[in-house]
Amino acid sequence: MSAQSKGPLLDVDDLRVTFPTRTGLVQAVRGVTFSLGRERLGIVGESGSGKSQTGRAIMGLTAPQAEVSAKKLSFDGIDLLSMPSRQRRALRGNRIAMILQDPKYSLDPVMSIGRQIVETLRTHERVSRAEARERALAMLEAVQIRDPKRVFDLHPHEVSGGMGQRAMIAMMLIAGPELMIADEPTSALDVTVQLDVLNILDRLVAERGMGLIFISHDLRLVSSFCDRVIVMYAGKVVEQLKASELRDARHPYTRGLLNCMPRIGFERHPLPVLDRKPEWAA
Amino acid sequence: MTAALSVDGVEVIFDRFRALKGVSLEVREGESYGLVGESGSGKSTLLRAIAGLAPIASGSITVNGKTLGKKRDKGFYREVQMVFQDPYGSLHPRQTVDRLLQEPLAIHGFADGEKRIERALDEVGLGNGFRFRYAHQLSGGQRQRVAIARALILEPSILLLDEPTSALDASVQAEVLNLLEEVRRRRKLTFLMVSHDLAIITHMCERLMVMQNGEAVETLTASQLIGHRVSEDYTRNLLRASEGFVRA
Repeated sequence: MSAQSKGPLLDVDDLRVTFPTRTGLVQAVRGVTFSLGRERLGIVGESGSGKSQTGRAIMGLTAPQAEVSAKKLSFDGIDLLSMPSRQRRALRGNRIAMILQDPKYSLDPVMSIGRQIVETLRTHERVSRAEARERALAMLEAVQIRDPKRVFDLHPHEVSGGMGQRAMIAMMLIAGPELMIADEPTSALDVTVQLDVLNILDRLVAERGMGLIFISHDLRLVSSFCDRVIVMYAGKVVEQLKASELRDARHPYTRGLLNCMPRIGFERHPLPVLDRKPEWAA
Repeated sequence: MTAALSVDGVEVIFDRFRALKGVSLEVREGESYGLVGESGSGKSTLLRAIAGLAPIASGSITVNGKTLGKKRDKGFYREVQMVFQDPYGSLHPRQTVDRLLQEPLAIHGFADGEKRIERALDEVGLGNGFRFRYAHQLSGGQRQRVAIARALILEPSILLLDEPTSALDASVQAEVLNLLEEVRRRRKLTFLMVSHDLAIITHMCERLMVMQNGEAVETLTASQLIGHRVSEDYTRNLLRASEGFVRA
């Protein structure tokens, strides 16, 4: 474990991600600022809001043609932007981990689930094969996979979406990260499976005292899961609030997002729609 | 009330896998009927079987009093049209909106194509400015509007909707759901709509069927579902899950 520094786990100040396109530069993220302790932070927005690019920039997975700049982007006091890519790679998967949306695409299709988990562990820690296997099995059990020995040898196409996502969580947690970035971790799953996966994630994050960034388009889901929520629109943060105070959201975009979803038992015909104002993106 | 669409004991088998295990339902004229279930429940397969896109092993389907044969004829497609989930995949990437809308008209031999295209685009709130654009020049919501215009242009009486908004952002979803309700009211259409989202189904439909593993679990009215007056545990689970995450 790292030195216990006094500052926040993650400090982001004026983060910008710029993509060169045929028609000029496009800023996907335009000056995002926040800090994160050992808490659960939700980043919510619609497609194109820059929420995923924010997560990727922190992780160091921005596409090579894009440019990332920030006044400050530090993890546990370490400046991420000036860090050589070798060191950054050592950090990734070890102290900072990321769960992606769809296990169908983000797991290696030609490697058994167990081998993928062992690979992650042995990349970051010097452990024997036997010990790595033991720890991978224990991790599979921790994500509530009933028969870890059997699942260890299965390939990703042989398991369901929910099981694949649990395997991915196991893989991401095995090196004991301090910061977890989860980008739409349950959007590809059925609703009932979604809750199982969220329960597992919730328990593990709490037990291990990790910081979590939960990126999602679903404002309601995020606010039921996180302590704090950042709402993004057109690459900017339009509102930051405590999840418990979502009902008092002030920005018309946040309110619009909350309102436009059909809800069981609240009949509204037609549904209220968002009246997008150009000044929100200004 | 007459049945616009009735499905009787329909079974669909892919190789040896029974995707639908004898499902029956009846949709009244002008009604909006929902199919809910998780992935693999057979809800989309049922819709595709009606449209003639899935192999029916047994059972029968009747549309407006006419029992369907093995092959769907042209008359069927004038009565029944479908809107698919993914507007990125269901529009031809190298055809303009105009070309996309002309195709059904050409197949069915309509003469007044020009006027119909204008009217259809107008009806879905796009206007003539979109006529010569390609699918990649449109947003997801605009694409789904084109797909709805393409379905409406033949003036069908029944629309099959397969998760028409699940690929869209929440705010765009609201716009498309409102549009669907409006055209249904104006044209007195019958809807058969598939969704995994109970809230969308209760918003859009009067009655619904809950499906699991290729079978019907139960049939409910929207108000029964809203009032939690359900008899099956599976439906109760779905309802609980749709209320979101609750920390234990």
